[in-house]
Amino acid sequence: MATVKVKRPKLHWYEHLYLPAILKGLIITLKHAMESLRGKAQGGKSLATSGLGVTMQYPEQKWDDQLPDYYRGVPALVTDEQKRERCVSCQLCEFICPPKAITITPGEIQSEDPWAKVEKAPQKFDIDMIRCIYCGMCEEVCPEQAIFLRQDYAMTGTTRGEMVNDKKRLYEIGGIREGLVNKWNELK
Amino acid sequence: MADSAPATAEKLPKDLAAEKGLVNVQVDGTWVQVPAGTRMIEVCKIAEKEVPHYCYHTKLSSPGNCRMCLVQMGMPNRPPPGESPHYEDDGYQQISWMPRPVIACANTVTENMGIRTTGELVEECRNGVMEFLLINHPLDCPICDQAGECSLQEFSVEHGRGSSRFEEMKVKKPKNVEIGPRIRLDDERCIMCSRCIRFMDEVADDPVLGFIDRGTHTTLTVHPGRRLDNNYSLNTADICPVGALTSNDFRFQMRVWFLKETKSIDVNCGTGCNTVIWTRGNEVFRITPRENNEVNSSWMPDSHRLNFHYLHAETRLGDPFVKIGSKHEISDWPGAIAKTAEELSRFKGEEIAVIGSGRMTNEELYLLRRLADTLETDLLSLVPRVGESDGKLISADRNPNTSGAKLIWASRNPYAKLESIRQGVVTGKIKALIVFYEDLLGDAQFKADDLANLDFLVSNHILTNKTAKASDVVLPGAGFAEKRGSLVNITGRLQRLNQAISPPPGAMDDWEILRDLVKALSPDEPSRYLLEEVFGEIADEVEEFEDLTLSKISDLGIPIVETGESIPLLESEKARITAGEIVG
Ligand code: SF4
Ligand code: SF4
Ligand code: SF4
Ligand code: FES
Repeated sequence: MATVKVKRPKLHWYEHLYLPAILKGLIITLKHAMESLRGKAQGGKSLATSGLGVTMQYPEQKWDDQLPDYYRGVPALVTDEQKRERCVSCQLCEFICPPKAITITPGEIQSEDPWAKVEKAPQKFDIDMIRCIYCGMCEEVCPEQAIFLRQDYAMTGTTRGEMVNDKKRLYEIGGIREGLVNKWNELK
Repeated sequence: MADSAPATAEKLPKDLAAEKGLVNVQVDGTWVQVPAGTRMIEVCKIAEKEVPHYCYHTKLSSPGNCRMCLVQMGMPNRPPPGESPHYEDDGYQQISWMPRPVIACANTVTENMGIRTTGELVEECRNGVMEFLLINHPLDCPICDQAGECSLQEFSVEHGRGSSRFEEMKVKKPKNVEIGPRIRLDDERCIMCSRCIRFMDEVADDPVLGFIDRGTHTTLTVHPGRRLDNNYSLNTADICPVGALTSNDFRFQMRVWFLKETKSIDVNCGTGCNTVIWTRGNEVFRITPRENNEVNSSWMPDSHRLNFHYLHAETRLGDPFVKIGSKHEISDWPGAIAKTAEELSRFKGEEIAVIGSGRMTNEELYLLRRLADTLETDLLSLVPRVGESDGKLISADRNPNTSGAKLIWASRNPYAKLESIRQGVVTGKIKALIVFYEDLLGDAQFKADDLANLDFLVSNHILTNKTAKASDVVLPGAGFAEKRGSLVNITGRLQRLNQAISPPPGAMDDWEILRDLVKALSPDEPSRYLLEEVFGEIADEVEEFEDLTLSKISDLGIPIVETGESIPLLESEKARITAGEIVG
């Protein structure tokens, strides 16, 4: 292994004193304190501060509209612009999920359904949000672009049962997503 | 050395092989000795070289129509006229490789032949065949039951392209067609290997499948006016290398990669087909045949493989019950056993009869006989179950362990005493009856009124039934997928039943129930903690089981007794092997 010799910087005598550096730091802090008292805190706007300081008054105030598209919140199922439920219950996400948060009961689409040619859809789809680690593996593995990590992050509940998102909840959270690949189109 | 010297001093490899009736074949540079006339694909298997293939199946004829098994073949140099062959230093002739590939599944080997399963030519052939197979293949894997055990998926990982070069429209074919009561066909997924057609023709003797149309429009279909309703139809789903034929019963139930495989045997008839039980958690999802050339070849009847859903029925017995007054109350196990033992000791030996089942394992039958001995009764019988043999795998004896009962009870006919027990119950001579694993009002043909004559009835079963309703004590047992044990099939082969799932909480393994009962009745009995100990006692007592242990019975079983019975399907398969139609 190559050794790199690093030279210690030579300190001036007043730098050795230590106190001037402390003073400098205190002045910076004081400057910020003054600014925030005057409502001019740095980054205050983007954090939607309450006006005093940069502290966001969560949960009265939230940063939700600032979340980037790729934010990894609660995983949820989506429908597409044709109102088709995209998940075909292939169970790949159930398989890949590291903490085993996903449980799927696959089912068959009835022949009278307009999308009967897709043949398969989940009967039940549960994601246990006590287990979920928001890793995004399910989104990555899904061959049907059916599951996405959405912007919701505040999952709370008073029982373990409440922390399990069932199929209905998952579609509510997921909503409609446009512009996905439509492999089950009329050519199919 | 130019002249082939070893010829005189030592024997050439070809002569050494010929002495054993074999020939030398070079596979990827390594020489192996195999019988002359072996198919190249089998030689590669012996040499442990994989040759991807779709249409070839050892139990079916080889039409050679998928072309996936292409390999490069080489033959020894032919000497110019008048010269004798030239042998290299290692004693073999030099091999000249052919510029064009051959199919490994239908060509046979000769002396000094060479096979290459790798190399540029072979790779390119496989890539080409793969690309053609995939141009019209749908993107169905997410909804296809075969995914995870699909040869097309597997080989396309190795030999497929990342993306398709095919810009035209894919050919549309019928999808999701119910061609039979148990089989679903998806023609777009079919790769036209014709395995299913050949199986129905050659093994099931019911040639209802065939191709229509030509080229890319070739379509598998069922004969007009017919359905694929043969009792062996589900085997086509097993051998279909892709998801074109799938089982209605297993359809969309579970992905195969979640399933645990347990090797076991079928208990629906005396043949005892070797099976794999596929489970996830405590649920059985499907049962498929496992190859055993001495029992069931690679096949299994539909009626037997689908007969497992009752294990998860609503009517499964959960806890032991004891009748108090006229009502059944849930009891704990020690209580139920103690109650049974206490009641039974009120009767004299000749007032008690014991009925068992030909579906019980050897170990259970042994303990059942111990129970009868302890109670000093010789009224011990099984319930016969006779049907008709289907001329293939299903035997006339629908009990899986008649041969075992004969050996363990040292009796020529373990069913003999059923009639006299029935009479004894009617006349009231028999006052207490112990029934294991049978419904008296079912195959045993007792009448409900007869049971009212009994003072004490204890029954064991896994489902609620009329016998259980009439019983004073009900002891819930374990189903065939929930216990271990050994059985002897009609040909006298000792086979092992393995546990895939656990019995419902509250139910108990049957051999443990019997053990506890015997111990409660006669405290001098040895304490048995393991099923192996019971098997050990059988081995000590019954000559045919001598020196055997449960673990010595391999996955394929061992023949222990000559019964003179044979399995018709195996006989016809043997004839086809001798005729050279199949490899076997
Ligand atoms: S969400 Fe996607 S990966 Fe999960 S089961 Fe549905 S289709 Fe498959
Ligand atoms: S047959 Fe195989 S490759 Fe074709 S869709 Fe089914 S799993 Fe996929
Ligand atoms: S359905 Fe399956 S077994 Fe039959 S020809 Fe097609 S691919 Fe082969
Ligand atoms: S396996 Fe040889 S051609 Fe199909």
